[in-house]
Amino acid sequence: MADATLVQGPAELRFRDPVKARALAATLDSVTRAVDHAPVSVMHVCGSHEQSIAKFGLRTILPKGLNVIMGPGCPVCVTDLPEVDEAVVLAQDGKIIASYGDMLKVPGTAKSLADVQAEGGRIAVVYSAAQAVELARDTTDDVVFFASGFETTAVATAAVALGDLPPNFSILSAHKYIPPVMEIVAEMPDSRVEGFLAAGHAAAITGWRIFERFVEKHRIPVVVAGFEPLDILAGLVRLVELVRDRTPRVENMFPRCVTPDGNRNAQRQLWRVFRTQGGRWRGIAHVPNGNLRLRDEFAHVDARCRYEIDVRRLWNHAPSALTQVCICGEIMAGLSAPENCPLFGKECSPESPVGACMVSSEGTCRIWHQYGGHPDI
Amino acid sequence: MSATGLKSPADAREELVTLKHGAGGRAMRRLILETLAEGFAADQPEGIGLAAMDDGAALRVGDRWLVVTTDSHVVHPIFFPGGDIGRLAVAGTVNDLAMMGATEPLGLTCAVIVEEGFRRAELERIHRSMLETCREAGATIVTGDTKVMGRGELDGIVINTTGVGFADAVVSDAGLRPGDRLLVTGTIGDHGLALMARRHSLELDGDLRSDVAPINRLVAAALAAAPGAVTAMKDPTRGGLSSALHEMAEKSGVGTVLHEPALPVRPVIRSVAEMLGLDPLHIANEGKAVLGVRPDAADVVLAALRAHPLGRDAAIVGACIAEHVGRVILDTGLGRRLVGEVEGEPLPRIC
Repeated sequence: MADATLVQGPAELRFRDPVKARALAATLDSVTRAVDHAPVSVMHVCGSHEQSIAKFGLRTILPKGLNVIMGPGCPVCVTDLPEVDEAVVLAQDGKIIASYGDMLKVPGTAKSLADVQAEGGRIAVVYSAAQAVELARDTTDDVVFFASGFETTAVATAAVALGDLPPNFSILSAHKYIPPVMEIVAEMPDSRVEGFLAAGHAAAITGWRIFERFVEKHRIPVVVAGFEPLDILAGLVRLVELVRDRTPRVENMFPRCVTPDGNRNAQRQLWRVFRTQGGRWRGIAHVPNGNLRLRDEFAHVDARCRYEIDVRRLWNHAPSALTQVCICGEIMAGLSAPENCPLFGKECSPESPVGACMVSSEGTCRIWHQYGGHPDI
Repeated sequence: MSATGLKSPADAREELVTLKHGAGGRAMRRLILETLAEGFAADQPEGIGLAAMDDGAALRVGDRWLVVTTDSHVVHPIFFPGGDIGRLAVAGTVNDLAMMGATEPLGLTCAVIVEEGFRRAELERIHRSMLETCREAGATIVTGDTKVMGRGELDGIVINTTGVGFADAVVSDAGLRPGDRLLVTGTIGDHGLALMARRHSLELDGDLRSDVAPINRLVAAALAAAPGAVTAMKDPTRGGLSSALHEMAEKSGVGTVLHEPALPVRPVIRSVAEMLGLDPLHIANEGKAVLGVRPDAADVVLAALRAHPLGRDAAIVGACIAEHVGRVILDTGLGRRLVGEVEGEPLPRIC
């Protein structure tokens, strides 16, 4: 039958082998049982990890005594209201806003970009920073690239900013930088997090050594892991072993992509274009050095310098009363889960999200809504 | 009123119809039930009417059923790899008839609304495609209507087709029973991804082609292979296999379990979808059907499907269960999860 070739290629099987996955799950179970307390709580800080865990149904094979919490790993979710407001105002002023698809439904104070689009605003979904530049070349109208994402996508934005740009192109940066928020989570008084699973793709750029200072300071182990099911399971096994042995250190379980020092070229580009700045992450806190903003040398492509952006005119609409009930912040901090939110699946759904966690395909609430969270199936 | 007694943000705003209402998911069904179907759904004749929200209606004529269905077609671009709006308009309506058991269309109507400035040569090309597709389906167009609207009053061309046909036994989308096997007639995700790649100018290698085709003869072969054994049918168009199965499961009062390794997905579709963060289960198809089949007849129906050129990749992909009513559960081979319904147009994710 044609099925075998139709269904899976050999490359996929390597890191998605069900037999190996079950063996790793069994190891994870025995390692978790060997910890002197239960449950063991670890946190990953990447939407792609949660996507993979949910997509492959891994939660149904994780040990009962292991609590894998999704931290503030969704850059779209932590984009704060005023940042969305800036893009909304620019769209209302007739600029073409180019952004990643996930950003369209993120609620601002009064409305989302999708709302502005329904009212006639010009919003273009792009898949890369380079595509936003192409869009600007094809028009005489002003194109603003509403750039979001962590280090990984910020590098792509930086590469574009360093290249040749048409005069009608500018960047509205909502880029975020992950290492500082791990500090925030680790220092939260209610935090139960005993170990972090760090994102392999971000570490491919920063290198795994970047976490050494963090481990030293907080005495919490960090394991860098990839995104295939076996990568995640192997990463969790190593992380729980480090918890069990009370050995706070950094381990790289994604050596096929991550080196100690990372991609220096990409780092150089990133820091030539961006600087860190403190700012609020939606639902989390003020994160010192958590935002990536364009340096002064790039003022000519910085939408915040080029345009007068008066977001206050949106503020005569009070935010919905529902936002007071939303517990996105606690969810992203790992203190709660979607099932504890009274709005989840009712007033708050992907069609009509209240909190940003329901908007992005990397948001915990959205992923749980889509894949069923901890289903008893 | 909600549990918390608060209004959702969507209620609080003055509500507008948005693209999510056209994407075939829950938002669309709710909009239709609350507005357009309101009042009509209650006073329905014997058979299948508006209240069933099926692919079409089935009206009793003597001891047979007259199946009626209608569909308006807009697509960007009008010509796409594997098809065009004309082929889509004919196949869409022929397939909707077939999904209710009317596999020999009596006739189709065709209403065309064209924007001023539309090129005549393109209209001719669309016509040729409709003619060809009708021939494949054994159908013909028996009446029509043509309007021209001013430039900018619509985008290019809209084609509506209505179809009628007789069925001796109507197959609904609500007849699944626990134990029934679920079959798909071929690979999934082809149409939606081919269009998405073209629409968003994604420069991708690989052969992305729409699967748009009339499958009434394929369906006829399946129905004839084991009379009475097909308990439910649906074509997984907008919203993909996920949306079709959710609707069938909910209406039938069963749960469904899919085995991911058994799903026929072309490797190029699998990798492009993964790259874009999309699930082939959510992507539209235009030449496929999902069938619920009594367990003892599943192999016979599968063999009949595979014997037809359009059903070569058909597969048994899952089964119905009495528990988890309305849910679609996916066994990934590694673990299990629920399959969500798409909300709005699927958009690629970042990162």
